[in-house]
Amino acid sequence: MSAPATPAEQGTQPVLALRGISKTFGAVAALTDVDLDVGPGQVVALVGDNGAGKSTLVKVLAGVHAADSGTITFEGRETTITSPHDAQDLGIATVYQDLALCENLNVVENLFLGHELNRKRLDEVTMETRSWELLRELSAKIPTVRIPVASLSGGQRQTVAIARSLLGDPKLIILDEPTAALGVAQTAEVLNLIERLRERGHGVIMVSHNMADVQAVADVVCVLRLGRNNGVFKVDEISSEEIVAAITGASDNVVSQRASRRAEASTTPKEG
Amino acid sequence: MSQLDTPAPVAHDRDDERLVGSDGLRGAVRGTVDRVRAGELGAVPVILGLVVICVVFQALNSLFLSSENLSNLLLESVPTGVIALGIVCVLLLGEIDLSVGSVSGVAGAILCVLFVNKGVPGVLAIVCALLVGVGAGALYGLIFNRLGVPSFVISLAGLLAFLGLQLALLGSQGAINLPFDSTLVKFAQLDFVPQALALVLVLLIAGGLFATGFLNAQARRKAQLSGASNQLLLARSVAVLVIGLIAVFYLYSGGGRGIGWMFVFFLALVIVMHYVFTRTGFGRSMFAVGGNEEAARRAGINVRRVYAAAFILCSTFAALGGVLAAARLAAVNQQSGGADVNLNAIAAAVIGGTSLFGGRGSAISALLGILVIQAISNGLTLLNLNSSYRFMITGGVLLLAVAVDSVARRSRASSGRA
Repeated sequence: MSAPATPAEQGTQPVLALRGISKTFGAVAALTDVDLDVGPGQVVALVGDNGAGKSTLVKVLAGVHAADSGTITFEGRETTITSPHDAQDLGIATVYQDLALCENLNVVENLFLGHELNRKRLDEVTMETRSWELLRELSAKIPTVRIPVASLSGGQRQTVAIARSLLGDPKLIILDEPTAALGVAQTAEVLNLIERLRERGHGVIMVSHNMADVQAVADVVCVLRLGRNNGVFKVDEISSEEIVAAITGASDNVVSQRASRRAEASTTPKEG
Repeated sequence: MSQLDTPAPVAHDRDDERLVGSDGLRGAVRGTVDRVRAGELGAVPVILGLVVICVVFQALNSLFLSSENLSNLLLESVPTGVIALGIVCVLLLGEIDLSVGSVSGVAGAILCVLFVNKGVPGVLAIVCALLVGVGAGALYGLIFNRLGVPSFVISLAGLLAFLGLQLALLGSQGAINLPFDSTLVKFAQLDFVPQALALVLVLLIAGGLFATGFLNAQARRKAQLSGASNQLLLARSVAVLVIGLIAVFYLYSGGGRGIGWMFVFFLALVIVMHYVFTRTGFGRSMFAVGGNEEAARRAGINVRRVYAAAFILCSTFAALGGVLAAARLAAVNQQSGGADVNLNAIAAAVIGGTSLFGGRGSAISALLGILVIQAISNGLTLLNLNSSYRFMITGGVLLLAVAVDSVARRSRASSGRA
């Protein structure tokens, strides 16, 4: 499936459009004039080296930091996001890398944490039914929802965290390094999950360092470098090396040097 | 047994092939055994402990299990038990309050000063005493939330400060007696539930247990989830009924005065707090904050408010415990709430199965734990051993309980139940 690079090409209104977002911390410009578009049912991979501004951008969207300048257009309307609450109300859900699950609570309790149904007399039955519906929809492989999250695997926990973000029926889901620290099978599980989010029509921003994952599920790659946009690419038109080049800012860098050395090494015997 | 009716559709929460079946009575028993093995000890160690204590003390002094002594023991356990209920609230958050003893002493002193010396109506005096508890908790919560001082240090400071306040309130006199004909003292010393009413209460509790379980299982089945079988619910309620009836008949026979109203009051508090902890959003947020504060904050829980509420609940229960202790003794003196009250309350909560590390515990633990503590103290008194031995033995039991908690925690971690 090849998705168009920008929502404009898709002919639909973008879920989120950022224009000229800047953010400084004291003397450090963390973000300078950053643009970003996410359409419905589109997975945008946000890549960049350490300190490129990915986390800051995520935090601006999640309402942890407010942008200093620039406009945020959400579903066609210009808005400001000043608190995590604003972001949630708009329909932006963020799944942080540490997942923020309570290990002593079970899956249902974690899914509905802070948004329990009927807080005076918890409606456990409805909460459990809705948990199962949600997990089914995501084809999640969780045997029982009545065990503490502590006994789940990393992939299952990621699933619970993502499922929780879906409860508020968000338009845009931000995943911060969803596959970091996961095994091969679990990574595949989470990537399947991201594809299912796309099928459901959610816009997805995925922060990742893993080029294989980016190539596997993203439609569009947005590269940040030193707090600035350094290119937006359609995934099926760009190679991993080109993404790395955009991330590091040149084709002459440690990564590509290493790659070319290896390429030489593997081709030399044939020539000789 | 094998009547073939229409094949029931598999419940939503039961259709994963990896699930090991645990339906019906046998499944429930096996499930419990598995949980205990995995470090989910629950009330098992404390009930075993109670049995051992009873056997040992009965062997040493045949008066221990007499109905008279037991009905006295139940009443005696209430003031510290109420304080332990408050301790559970802060322990659930992984915090501690070391000042509950002093706060209870101050509350008792205020009650007596207002009621006896100033002639304030009893109810108003009790309300004032409780308000001191609310105030102390609110202050702790404020300092904890705003300044980030560890609760250990705040309450240690509170322990000294409130002890000083208690001494100042009592003045040079050092002790104030409550009149024996006051309702409060009667409530704590002389008012016993009539036997017929006690039987009705037991019936109500067993019936209520079955009814709530049955309705809950019904609602779950209706939503195509697995519910507890009627067999299991019935077995549970019958067990409660039989034990309750035996207890009532025994306590009212052979010179026993039966069950005091104050103990019934304590039971009611335990049930209310059990509901709050397990069935309300507030209780859920307490467990969440105790388990992972950052996760709770990100889930939109007002973490500061939860901390403040827990400290207020704890100090208010401590004040209530102080009022009841004053009523039980019909006096308040400089030793009220001192000595071992603090540690007994904390020990009771921990012995009952509330973790010192936060995030796990129950209201029932305060009840079970205080029964253990009180049984030991009562048994040693019957043996005419003075308080030096009582302190040493209670200290040993507390250490044992915390050790069990720590070991259980490790075994939970290794079997993935954290």
